[in-house]
Amino acid sequence: MPLDANKKRVFKVIGTRPARPDGIDKVTGRALYGADATAPGMLFGHILRSPHAHALIKSIDTSAAEALSGVKAIITSKDFGLPDDSSVLDVQDNCMAREKVLYDGHAVAAVAATSAAIAKKALKLIKVDYEALPHVTDVDAAMRPDAPIVQAGRAMDDLPAGLSENVTYHFEFGHGDMDAGFDKADKIVERSFKTAATHQGYIEPHACLASMNSDGKGELWCCTQGQFFVRELCADILEIEASQLRVTASEIGGGFGGKTTVFIEPVALALSRKSGRPVKIVMSREEVFRASGPTVSSSSDVKIGMTKDGRITAAHATFRYQGGAFPCGTVQFGAQSAFAAYDLDAVQTIGWSVLTNRPKEAAYRAPGAPMAIYAVESVVDELCQELGLDPLDVRLKNAAQKGTKSSYGPTFDDIGLKATLEAAVAHPHYTAPLGPNQGRGLSCGFWFNFGGNTCVSLNVNFDGTVGITEGNPDIGGSRASISLMAAEELGIPYEKVRTIVADTNSIGHNDITDGSRVTFAVGLATIKAARDAKQKMCARVAKIWDIDEDAVYWEDGYAKPSGPNAGTFDPMSLEEIAAISAETGGPIAGHHEVNADGAGVSFGVHLVDVEVDPETGATEVLRYTVFQDAGKAIHPDYVEGQMQGGAVQGIGWALNEEYIYGEDGRLQNPGLLDYRIPVASDLPNIDTVILEIPNPGHPYGVRGVGETPIVPPLAAISNAVSRATGLRMSELPMSPPRVLKALSAKG
Amino acid sequence: MKNIHVSTTINGDPTEFICAPDESLLDVLRDRLGLTGSKEGCGSGDCGACSVTVNGRLVCSCLVLGAEADGAAVETIEGMAQGETLHPLQQHFIDGAALQCGVCTPGILVAAKALLEKNPNPTDTEIRYWLAGNLCRCTGYDKIIKAVQSAAAEMRGA
Amino acid sequence: MVKVAIWGSLRTATDGKAEVEADPGTFKQILDQLVVDYPGLEPQIKRGVSFALDGKIYRDAWFTKINDDSELVLMPYMVGG
Repeated sequence: MPLDANKKRVFKVIGTRPARPDGIDKVTGRALYGADATAPGMLFGHILRSPHAHALIKSIDTSAAEALSGVKAIITSKDFGLPDDSSVLDVQDNCMAREKVLYDGHAVAAVAATSAAIAKKALKLIKVDYEALPHVTDVDAAMRPDAPIVQAGRAMDDLPAGLSENVTYHFEFGHGDMDAGFDKADKIVERSFKTAATHQGYIEPHACLASMNSDGKGELWCCTQGQFFVRELCADILEIEASQLRVTASEIGGGFGGKTTVFIEPVALALSRKSGRPVKIVMSREEVFRASGPTVSSSSDVKIGMTKDGRITAAHATFRYQGGAFPCGTVQFGAQSAFAAYDLDAVQTIGWSVLTNRPKEAAYRAPGAPMAIYAVESVVDELCQELGLDPLDVRLKNAAQKGTKSSYGPTFDDIGLKATLEAAVAHPHYTAPLGPNQGRGLSCGFWFNFGGNTCVSLNVNFDGTVGITEGNPDIGGSRASISLMAAEELGIPYEKVRTIVADTNSIGHNDITDGSRVTFAVGLATIKAARDAKQKMCARVAKIWDIDEDAVYWEDGYAKPSGPNAGTFDPMSLEEIAAISAETGGPIAGHHEVNADGAGVSFGVHLVDVEVDPETGATEVLRYTVFQDAGKAIHPDYVEGQMQGGAVQGIGWALNEEYIYGEDGRLQNPGLLDYRIPVASDLPNIDTVILEIPNPGHPYGVRGVGETPIVPPLAAISNAVSRATGLRMSELPMSPPRVLKALSAKG
Repeated sequence: MKNIHVSTTINGDPTEFICAPDESLLDVLRDRLGLTGSKEGCGSGDCGACSVTVNGRLVCSCLVLGAEADGAAVETIEGMAQGETLHPLQQHFIDGAALQCGVCTPGILVAAKALLEKNPNPTDTEIRYWLAGNLCRCTGYDKIIKAVQSAAAEMRGA
Repeated sequence: MVKVAIWGSLRTATDGKAEVEADPGTFKQILDQLVVDYPGLEPQIKRGVSFALDGKIYRDAWFTKINDDSELVLMPYMVGG
């Protein structure tokens, strides 16, 4: 649905910052999250996990555990079928290992018992006979022809000679004459980079409560970013009909992409089916680290040529991503986003996807993009340093804009990159003085944003209030934004609208809360549903006034006669129309179902000042400013919140966070003490500058804002560290020992 | 091992429960008393989502045994509002959008309240170090620090 | 004719061509035509493709009209965080 033609529109409630509808529940502890539900007769489910990175399962003996008093059901992979769809089978195999365990923490059996203590005791009584196999956890090592093969039969077609069967996927794309481009360059920089796998780090571990009857009817309560996707996956895995499984999304304690698949839900349903009792499973933090979905780790090579005056003449990148023990396509998004910020005549991008003995990756905020853009923005910055050019000036000189053929193919429509860069140039942060051992870095960031399948129902209640039913878990204030858009469209106060997130049997399918789609797509459907309701209210009023329907129009919360010819009638408010709706034809509701298109891409620029301690190698973030195009900020607090939260996740990725595997292929830091996410004392305030370059694909101009902010911090901080120390770091995280080592080597 | 009978005070109310000797106060609150406002994010004292006070001292309830509550006064998030009146911290967290997913919020509110009782006029840095044991993954802490400051100002009558 | 840009890994199915031609019509008609012209594309099209039409990304949308002068880029089916 295109941007409303009247671009000078003055919004009444859009852009204000009212209290969120779930606020009181969340500050009083009343909000119910995944682990907060119970059911009568509930059993406690616990999962036995592999201590090996890679091993054959020769046998599983559950007899001693079954004999333990209080144990009501035990399942292994034998309790599941073999789905035809290989993507479903991969999810199922990840939830419960079949023939081999593929990573440290891979589930092999599960127990449901009358108490958590009995369930844990029973796990110790299960005897699994493993035959350990050689393992590989590093992306480059996994590509070598002599690497242990993680899963046979998954190699890409036409696997090039000299590569391991672990290589599942390869592509190349780009345009222009690369050789001619590099010939024109005054300076070429070519570098290789590595980034560690990181975890989304949501504070709420995965949790669910499942109740499954022998007639195939089930109820599932879980923390997820998409109850409909959970229903479809679980129904496929358990071989039941989707309509018979009702999935209710709890309040969600963070997701960031990590709750876009299932890990424990099919296991809890299977245990419930076998025991005939409700079963609750809550992951421990260690299980979250070992057996949910972190992001990919990467290895990449980037080569860029530039003229003396800062024009990029050619750009080439090769990205190698491992996504754990199952095929994953994340490298595509990395490769496609890598050069999105630049208008290039010659660009080529190559991607490789590789299996390793690590947990299956899950999406993490702008999946694939941060590590690719980190490599590219590091090289662009190094060229600026080598050529003595201003890094914002160079980015402006090469910036993609409307009409630019992007490196991944499409030609951009209205985009906010140049405006964002100009805002950074004009900001006092960019010219503030720096002290010793301090440096300033910057980076651009990008994400595609999606629309997708969306249903919204809008009910006009008899008392003149409005209820909205939608199907996307509220992960960062979206109920407030949706209520705001309905209030704006209907011309009623925000407080008159209440938005709820419905279960799978109360509204039609909604895609996952992902891709920064909710405020865009659910907002769009809400606006359309409100327009549907307005049309119906106008029709009622036309009947009351006994005039034609098209002689009534809606303005500022009132149905009004369209002109002198329509007659002179006092405008009727929504409240008045609602109060007599029973008498005029029955309840009034609007609804809209759509596969929303037209999500606008999102660009951001981050500026950061750091100080590197030469004694310890520790990097302190002193000042941080995020500039981002939001299209139209519906509830600016929550737009800023996305910008700040994403930036801090990126800061953690740049400086501290990493999955550390030992020689034995086991994860060495599966806890929040050793996997260190940023804490309050690590950080300064995160300043934000919201730009509003309307997205032509949304009636109010909304763009998704959630993902882009995690992209720039990796390179921005690396570039700042480089300017503070004279060192070009090429591996993340830039933890103190790594920086100290580089400082010592430099001497 | 036999369960232990514990008499305690929770949010001002006399409360009795039995628990296993190795059962954490967090499990008692959540599983035996239905006080699920305190959350378990790690079970190892690293995330602070289970923060409560015991005799006025801020603790991670996952690291305290249920049995240790005997004779003590425990305060949880459920006791923070007085009837319909929110504590100024709760109100400023809502008004300042200092929460996104909200799962860390109860622990952060309990911890911030304990700070302001000790230090009614903290600097940003003091707030940041006091809350360093409470992880938030959504907000980047910015709006949390600001909400604590504005609540503190209101409580000082500023 | 509409020019359809084919993303990297699909080019093995189009004899290495980065761009192929199709008659204007709906997105579905163009997909059907591509499957006839390049049978190797069928598995990926069945798995799901996104496309960018004049710079905007669409995830499904069979009945979207693709005009002669449209820029159509086939893309992998998008996922996000």
